[in-house]
Amino acid sequence: MSADPIAVTRNASEAVTIAFGSSIPLQAYLAVAALLFCTGVWGLINSRNAVRVLMSIELMLNAVNLNLMAFSDYLDGQLIRGQVFAIFVITVAAAEAAVGLAILLSLYRNRETVDMERFNLLRW
Amino acid sequence: MTIASTIQQLCFLTLSAVVVLGALGVVLLPNIVYSAFLLGGVFLGMAGLYLLLNASFVAAAQILVYVGAVNVLILFAIMLVNKKETLAAIPGLLLRRLLSGGVCAGLFVLLLRVAFTTHWALPGPQPVGEEATIRIGEHLFSDYLLPFELASVLLLMAMIGAIVLARRDVYSSDVITGEPVDQGLIEKTRTPLLIDSTAVDGQPLLETTP
Repeated sequence: MSADPIAVTRNASEAVTIAFGSSIPLQAYLAVAALLFCTGVWGLINSRNAVRVLMSIELMLNAVNLNLMAFSDYLDGQLIRGQVFAIFVITVAAAEAAVGLAILLSLYRNRETVDMERFNLLRW
Repeated sequence: MTIASTIQQLCFLTLSAVVVLGALGVVLLPNIVYSAFLLGGVFLGMAGLYLLLNASFVAAAQILVYVGAVNVLILFAIMLVNKKETLAAIPGLLLRRLLSGGVCAGLFVLLLRVAFTTHWALPGPQPVGEEATIRIGEHLFSDYLLPFELASVLLLMAMIGAIVLARRDVYSSDVITGEPVDQGLIEKTRTPLLIDSTAVDGQPLLETTP
């Protein structure tokens, strides 16, 4: 069969991807995601400002997304289900941020503070 | 991405450094505005990492949704609740921070151990690369159709919920004269239900009513 130029180009491109695609190990992405997640957890526990708590939650969601994308690329390259799942995570994160900041605004109007230590009405 | 190996590693190291240092800045910086802008940097770095992982569509969605919407929303929230307040000292705060830092470091070590000791099924199938957007579209309109539609319902619910929660109750007429007012910024006084029950002079607020 005669060489189709487009097919040749694509084969060459795939060869390059095979040759260089694994120059970064999967574990490197997992390590970055783990570090990001732990930073988010620490911020979630220790923040006194309620806005920073929401930011920490966003960091954790991003870490999970990075894990999903890394697995999707390295282990599920054909059916990229991890990317679809990451899109849903982004959607839910956007909804969460909107509702969370609305709750924060309402809380600020009632308590005149954003200090997490003073939101202790339900503490026994 | 079909770029040379060294460039790829260099990009990965740079983006990882941006993401990790930015995340530390988000958590540790005392000024919340710096934290919000650094969070935007973290989101951009994550989009770069997604590009390295052959996911151009998700990278674009990340920039549009996170940098364009969520980060701006957080900045708006910071502006709306921007009041200088001196945080009261809490006994044992340092101990709490150290303890939670220890727990988080332990979690990090645990995650690293899982990542490096598991035998991943590598190398997996060849990544689809630039056809990823087409694949995502096929997924979203075939086997992920129900979650896709539910996501739109969820966004509608979140939008209505956010409006209801953050809306101010305003008077439609002037309190004194009774004339209808056009400026919608006169806010009702809130019931002191959630304000600290000890009033300024030390008297509990609930017991002052006869």
